[in-house]
Amino acid sequence: MTATTTSPAASVGEVPSFDVTLRFRRFDPDAANPEPFWQEFTVTAHGTDRVLDAMHKVKWELDGTLTFRRSCAHGICGSDAMRINGRNRLACKTLLKDLDLSKPIVIEPIKGLPVVKDLVVDMEPFFASYREVMPFLIAQGNTPSKERRQSPEDRARYDDTTKCILCAACTTSCPVFWTDGQYFGPAAIVNAHRFIFDSRDEGAAQRLEVLNDKEGVWRCRTTFNCTDACPRGIEVTKAIAEVKRAMITRAF
Amino acid sequence: MQTHTYDVVIVGAGGAGMRAALESSTRARTAVLSKLYPTRSHTGAAQGGMCAALANVEEDNWEWHTFDTVKGGDYLVDQDAAEIMAKEAIDAVLDLEKMGLPFNRTPDGLIDQRRFGGHTRNHGEAAVRRACYAADRTGHMILQTLYQQCVKNEVEFYNEFYVLDLLLDTDLREAKRPRKGAEVTVVGVVAYELGTGEIHVFRAKSVILATGGAGKIFKTTSNAHTLTGDGMALALRRGLPLEDMEFFQFHPTGLAGLGILLSEAARGEGAILRNSEGERFMERYAPTIKDLAPRDIVARSMANEVREGRGAGPHKDYVLLDLTHLEPEHIEAKLPDITEFARTYLGIEPFTDPIPVYPTAHYAMGGVPTTINTEVLRSNTDVVGGLFAAGECACVSVHGSNRLGTNSLLDINVFGKRAGVAAAAYANEHELVELPEDPAAEVVAELDRIRTAEGGENVAELRRTLQETMDADAQVFRTEESLTRALGTIDDLRRRYRSVSVQDKGRTFNTDLLEAVELGFLLDLARVVVVGALARQESRGGHFREDFPTRDDKGFMHHTMAYARPTSGPDTEIRLETRPVTVTRYQPMERKY
Repeated sequence: MTATTTSPAASVGEVPSFDVTLRFRRFDPDAANPEPFWQEFTVTAHGTDRVLDAMHKVKWELDGTLTFRRSCAHGICGSDAMRINGRNRLACKTLLKDLDLSKPIVIEPIKGLPVVKDLVVDMEPFFASYREVMPFLIAQGNTPSKERRQSPEDRARYDDTTKCILCAACTTSCPVFWTDGQYFGPAAIVNAHRFIFDSRDEGAAQRLEVLNDKEGVWRCRTTFNCTDACPRGIEVTKAIAEVKRAMITRAF
Repeated sequence: MQTHTYDVVIVGAGGAGMRAALESSTRARTAVLSKLYPTRSHTGAAQGGMCAALANVEEDNWEWHTFDTVKGGDYLVDQDAAEIMAKEAIDAVLDLEKMGLPFNRTPDGLIDQRRFGGHTRNHGEAAVRRACYAADRTGHMILQTLYQQCVKNEVEFYNEFYVLDLLLDTDLREAKRPRKGAEVTVVGVVAYELGTGEIHVFRAKSVILATGGAGKIFKTTSNAHTLTGDGMALALRRGLPLEDMEFFQFHPTGLAGLGILLSEAARGEGAILRNSEGERFMERYAPTIKDLAPRDIVARSMANEVREGRGAGPHKDYVLLDLTHLEPEHIEAKLPDITEFARTYLGIEPFTDPIPVYPTAHYAMGGVPTTINTEVLRSNTDVVGGLFAAGECACVSVHGSNRLGTNSLLDINVFGKRAGVAAAAYANEHELVELPEDPAAEVVAELDRIRTAEGGENVAELRRTLQETMDADAQVFRTEESLTRALGTIDDLRRRYRSVSVQDKGRTFNTDLLEAVELGFLLDLARVVVVGALARQESRGGHFREDFPTRDDKGFMHHTMAYARPTSGPDTEIRLETRPVTVTRYQPMERKY
């Protein structure tokens, strides 16, 4: 296929079409003898195409069995976290032109969660950790008739961690999580942080108790993989450090 | 095949579905079925805000909000429904705050509010600050907050379950319909578990459809790949009507060529649309509120600038959204996500360069018709017992022929809540209805047909042809000629779809198979859109006919009710009926801004 598009996007930045080779780590549980294997495909892409666009080309034009999750296609829903050239990213937020195209783009499922099929992993363990930190507002007493007041400064304290889309890019980039699947992982701690530092919340002590567990926040080795992996730019390691500090000082 | 029994089954776990679940799960045994993980739902992509006349920053009241909604919808809004929405908006916002939603705040700590398209002070005098927001990720915050509350309340989810059939106790697909007043009752749904390929039958006293939109009938769209109108199509296939499907909203500011949404909040914060000559062209089309005119007017104005040769870029095929005169700190604080979209996807730095934008298919004003209590109508007068719908898949109708910005986040909260309450109440007053014999037979047969077919039509090719046709012939500008052409293509695609095949024959996570099923939904809905657009020989709201460029209240001040009816051939046909618009206090006027 050659580029014939005259869409506005093609003219923005004027990046021509080019061939890309994608190298997938594949796994078919329905196969007679299910073993992971590598497979390469080459497709023609355009300047503004993302890795997800190239993957769709493979699925729609070459091999319909290639399986991955995706939905919004612009970095908001968190469905398509995967390991691209050894780094956790969202396929819909990674532009092809930003990658080294002289070699195949290596695409694998995120690590540390059971692989279901090709790039699809079982997300249940991830969401189970999320649920354990009580990721909801805990407020005692009578419900006010109007809104609770919160100053812009208090609102700013937890702004960063409200951006989380639960894509699991951070947790599955963490070496501690790879070796110990019991570890809560960065995403759960981020979502605890979001409430611990919310001035309206009264559940901080309970959450810190949960995260003080041996599989909790102290297992973090501050490798910053999570911060690098976050497609939303959340300073994950910093948030974890703030939770650790709150646990010591009991100030939040 | 597994069979499950619940009081209430909710189909869809976006804003409407989860808001409903929070009500029904405390009152009745409830299950939520979602084809995605709930936090993947497209509510999370909504950016700008949720309007409610809190009057936190300036004078406002719900009656002005009602009026703006009615006028914004070009008088096709059911005014009783709009009034309910504007009144209940205030509690809907406060409910979310109490659930923990991190709204932006005023210096006094109240929920902050900003301007949005079509929302005005005192019936159109000037733009009003009515939209409550959380930066430019209000939808994300709503989705997360509702999910958090669902976790707290231990709501039962069935994730990655595709609902593929709606079971009623009466077959409504035949040409002869049950008499007026006859009881027709919901029985449950049939679902497909993506992870295993297993079929599940859910018996329920109440079913709520909350499956969202169908933007994927178009090529250029802000909608997710998964927005294939499943709930609407299931209702249509079971003989229920769809209302006002010809009205589709094209959001003015999609990233050019990509369709990714840039919130109207950008213009609410002061951004300006310019043509290739640098002119602020909206001054010509809407002298009073200019860039903050409703979306149908802005989108049409943009398309007109391009058509008349004043488009920007090497191909002169887009216009520019200019934020360069705004303080970078202000943009960073109020619009962090959309500026990042411009950088990531187009390599544009919005602080210094204007952003290329063009209208993108965004929202279905039409859908499954309901009463103000979200009960699904099977005719103009009768409801289906136990069947409810809310959110984008429903048509109450609060959006008429053009939805105002922010009113969708409001719709899902107000009518999602109403649906949850109503469905639980119905379930608590009624008994389960017997399942038909072999309730999943039709679904199983259809899936087997697609899965076992060899060398048939290619799903992606049919879908691309459909989407390109809809973009070319049924977008912002429509004519009898373009719509007739589109209908011919759709009919041809429907024929070809009957011999569609897939490559993946497996049971586990077979997305190839489900994409084929979703294409079937898209083909059903695109046909209803085009048939409705052909029949509506006037221009109103989001539906603009170049051959009938004015609104015709004498001929068309009514809702369209579309039914799929059997023919002598293998395909159905679309029959159109009408339904009166509920007018309470606002008589139609010429719509000027």
